[in-house]
Amino acid sequence: MKIYADYAATAPMRRAAIDAMVSAMENQYGNASSLYAIGQSAKEALEQARGEIASVIGASAKEITFTSGGSEADNQAIRSAALLGKKAGKMHIISTAFEHHAVLHTLKKLEREGFSVTLLPVHENGIVRAEEVAAAIREDTCLVTVMYANNEIGTIQPIREIGAVCRSRGVLFHTDAVQAVGHLPISVADENIDLLSASAHKFGGPKGIGFLYARKGVRLESLIEGGAQERGKRAGTENVPAIVSMAAALKESASSIGKTAPHQLAMRDRLIAGLREIPHCALNGDASQRLPGNVNFCFEGIEGESLLLLLDDRGISASSGSACTSGALEPSHVLLAIGRKHDVAHGSLRLTIAPDITPEEVDYLIQSVKEVVEYLRGFSPMWRDRISGKAEFIL
Amino acid sequence: MALYSEKVMDHFRNPRNVGVIEDADGVGEVGNAKCGDIMKMYLKIEDDVIRDVKFETFGCGSAIASSSMATELIKGKPVSEAMQLTNKAVAEALDGLPAHKLHCSVLAEEAIRAALDDYKKKQG
Repeated sequence: MKIYADYAATAPMRRAAIDAMVSAMENQYGNASSLYAIGQSAKEALEQARGEIASVIGASAKEITFTSGGSEADNQAIRSAALLGKKAGKMHIISTAFEHHAVLHTLKKLEREGFSVTLLPVHENGIVRAEEVAAAIREDTCLVTVMYANNEIGTIQPIREIGAVCRSRGVLFHTDAVQAVGHLPISVADENIDLLSASAHKFGGPKGIGFLYARKGVRLESLIEGGAQERGKRAGTENVPAIVSMAAALKESASSIGKTAPHQLAMRDRLIAGLREIPHCALNGDASQRLPGNVNFCFEGIEGESLLLLLDDRGISASSGSACTSGALEPSHVLLAIGRKHDVAHGSLRLTIAPDITPEEVDYLIQSVKEVVEYLRGFSPMWRDRISGKAEFIL
Repeated sequence: MALYSEKVMDHFRNPRNVGVIEDADGVGEVGNAKCGDIMKMYLKIEDDVIRDVKFETFGCGSAIASSSMATELIKGKPVSEAMQLTNKAVAEALDGLPAHKLHCSVLAEEAIRAALDDYKKKQG
């Protein structure tokens, strides 16, 4: 059996997205800035895609700027808000400890440029509290940036509540919604979101394309200087095939949320229940306030990379927050942020499943993980110390 | 998977000399759980020759493969020769390791050394 269970890393492209991309490559090959018919046809396709994307999140077309992906959108959103803040003498930014590195590294850089940054705790359940956001807002706060749903543990944040707090206090609110767009219903207007980042390849579109929503009146700062594309906010000839493909993927994924989510939720919970039978393990992140496709566990006594390699041998593609899988020395900052000890953070497994996964596939995942964990524990000195009573179990 | 050589994957999938020696003459444990690698080596030594060796490892694919290869390299060898085992020899015998995984072979060398030191200490 072959099971791709790493949808949070990237999703396979939807047929509609591939078709739209190929069609645009064949037919809209002109430069959208050219005045002749072929160029204007590309321009039309571009603007139609912009409108379609905007309507999915309840925005207007002019509020959408195309970027190379989620990371660029995060960088541009935060840089823009920081610059606006600086001009107004406000140089304090609030975020959380478990944001994506596109956010955290941008904030680190801003700190070196004189900004002060408050990273709020995300607690054991992996959810930031809106009242703690409210309490952290100062006179000089210019931006709150909190992800919509976490990429590792899938926990969904109280975006609407945070948005309301920010709006009432006059602070800009950005959300990195890379894991949420196309998976959860989003309305930027209802949720008081000023800036939102998204990436196409997380919802079945192509890699290398994404978008940034910026509410009307929130001035974006260009990161890339050059031509006047994207109304001067993002230079470079527009990648029309990728943009058109992204729109096709988003339309399809957003419109199927209602149909696929109940099944995916049931499969997720079946997977969680099955893996919980493994002794000395723990689910990472809140059990219910999480993305319908996300399962993330820590297993005591084993290391994540060896787990992934043996699952790969069984046809399963998954990921881990172990230090060894990233080449870093530290395990996942997300797992540390929810209070997992290093010892068990190394033994984490993330399975992010397809919307149409079958119960048989879920059962195969459960069986495979059970067998591999048991096998690895069989020659783990850390596990031996625990079962023999020489060391205490953490989980 | 192209991350590792076939040799590494072979030793990872079918590790040699896995287990425990209850009446070992020397035991060595290195690494720590915080860093995500622990290796434990057990030696059975007669007439200053390593008659048997077993290991237990908590760690990534290359840590398990390095442990396995290290045990193969010293099994049946005199203690004096085993003392000379280097991490380079372990990595080379595995047809190389990715640069950020070389520390796994260092750990294997240290685990063997620790077990031999334990043996010598017990000898007095």
